[in-house]
Amino acid sequence: MGYTITEKILLKHAKLKDIHPGEFIYAKIDLCLGNDITAPFAIEEFEKLGIKKVFDKKKVVLVPDHFAPAKDMKSANQCKVLARFAKTQDIKNYFEVGRMGVEHALLPEMGLVLPGDLVIGADSHTCTYGALGAFSTGVGSTDLAAAMATGEVWLKVPESMKFVFFGRRNRWVGGKDLILHLIGDIGVDGARYNAMEICGETIESLEMDDRLAMCNMAIEAGGKNGIIAPDKITSRYLKSIKRKARPGLGKFYSSDKDARYCAIKEYDVRKIEPLVACPNLPSNVKPARALKDISIDQVVIGSCTNGRLSDLRIAAKLLRGKKAKSTVRLVVIPATQKIYLDAVKEGLAKIFVEAGGVFSTPTCGPCLGGHMGILAAGERAIATTNRNFTGRMGDPASEVYLSNPAVAAASAVKGRIAHPDEVL
Amino acid sequence: MPHKGKAHIFGDDINTDEIIPARYLHTTDRHELASHCMEDADKDFAKRVKAGDIIVAGKNFGCGSSREHAPIAIKAAGVSCVIAESFARIFFRNAINIGLPIIELEKARERIKKGDSIIVDTSSGIVKNITRRQSYKVEKYPPFMQKIIKSGGLMEFIKKRKLS
Repeated sequence: MGYTITEKILLKHAKLKDIHPGEFIYAKIDLCLGNDITAPFAIEEFEKLGIKKVFDKKKVVLVPDHFAPAKDMKSANQCKVLARFAKTQDIKNYFEVGRMGVEHALLPEMGLVLPGDLVIGADSHTCTYGALGAFSTGVGSTDLAAAMATGEVWLKVPESMKFVFFGRRNRWVGGKDLILHLIGDIGVDGARYNAMEICGETIESLEMDDRLAMCNMAIEAGGKNGIIAPDKITSRYLKSIKRKARPGLGKFYSSDKDARYCAIKEYDVRKIEPLVACPNLPSNVKPARALKDISIDQVVIGSCTNGRLSDLRIAAKLLRGKKAKSTVRLVVIPATQKIYLDAVKEGLAKIFVEAGGVFSTPTCGPCLGGHMGILAAGERAIATTNRNFTGRMGDPASEVYLSNPAVAAASAVKGRIAHPDEVL
Repeated sequence: MPHKGKAHIFGDDINTDEIIPARYLHTTDRHELASHCMEDADKDFAKRVKAGDIIVAGKNFGCGSSREHAPIAIKAAGVSCVIAESFARIFFRNAINIGLPIIELEKARERIKKGDSIIVDTSSGIVKNITRRQSYKVEKYPPFMQKIIKSGGLMEFIKKRKLS
């Protein structure tokens, strides 16, 4: 019996001869990550151990991005814990405000993750890097503390599910719609504990930003990791990175033909149109066209899901020469400083500001109800983010709808949920 | 040691934003986190819960973010054990890692109702419903996890592992 791509990467990092789903292993990590919410607990636990140095200072990444630039005094203290630890441990991959970005956009852009890597992060959306052909999963603060001390993580080898996408994408349909369709099909626990292998002819021609958006939301189906076999698009992406923190292109793994899957799902992409996940679960998916009666108070374009340059380009295409409806607050948040600068150079920032929008410094901000656009009771937002749980963006009596950047931008113009065809 | 307390019932897909909303994540103070435990699922839970009480929920408990503040808030609020029909994976490993007892029990919400007196014995894998005079056998943790639990959590476990 052959191995899946996930099993091959775990096998390599566990230094075993054989590997089976359900087995518990210790695996060596190539990188571990924490942010201003999760790292303070991890640092506290690490320091209690009495170990002086982290296992490898080049393999620890700290990004204050959630409540940073610090939104209040308590957040400032949390961020300070990261800065202090980075200094005492001489951790170079600490990204201060002004150099940071939303972690899961920043790490690939810095060339910190390569195909074949095993990455853990104390943030559930760490599964994003599966788009590069790495095994990457979210863990908690204690796991991060243990990883910083030992360079290892305990894992249960997941069973793999295969998701095959075929057919040409309709206009305005992006990676976000493909993953929302998948989550709508299998539910928020449909891939619980499982590796989600995403493949098929549609994926083979899908650009990296869309792949990142898809793997980013694997956790929203309960998955342990999302993964796409690296290919020509992966190579091209890696070669295009200017600030490459690590040499080489990593190791390209792919699943064996006789690999074992606990489930295989096929999706005809020609039938998928722009989608929206309605409150209060990412699986509550409906076509954008069916939601034209839903008025909105705020639009958020950003996050580790859809805050990349290609996302901003799509939104700007729809907003060029137009205004957000006077009743709508439009908040655009490029995910990294590089994306911010590129958006300025390309004139995208101007389009957003002229449309009556806010163009913010990178932060997770409103996605998790932190800052930069918190909702009041009874308010409703459409966002390119990843979760729409009760109170996610603010008051427990507010609502979040999730969509791609085109739907979000069109909705800003109309003041209600809109299909992009209504605007362009 | 068995855990004994009254049952508090919750639904399916209780996520970490409901267990501890992000607006309270700017602290690592366990007591402060405990005072907001379950706030967006049940506003007054933190005021009502008594030491030893047990949370009983449906499927996919703890889905969403990786915030360890969620099991920490539950543990610090005095909850002795969480019983659910299933758990989301990051919450599951976080609970094991910090030593919060959690049990998967089929049909948990059919078998246990609000206010029932429950005793959970994790070592024998038995859940007793005193109020309804029933008892349920649950699957024990795999030996690997039992080692972490017996050590008192992951950090204690790796200390021992390093020494050996």
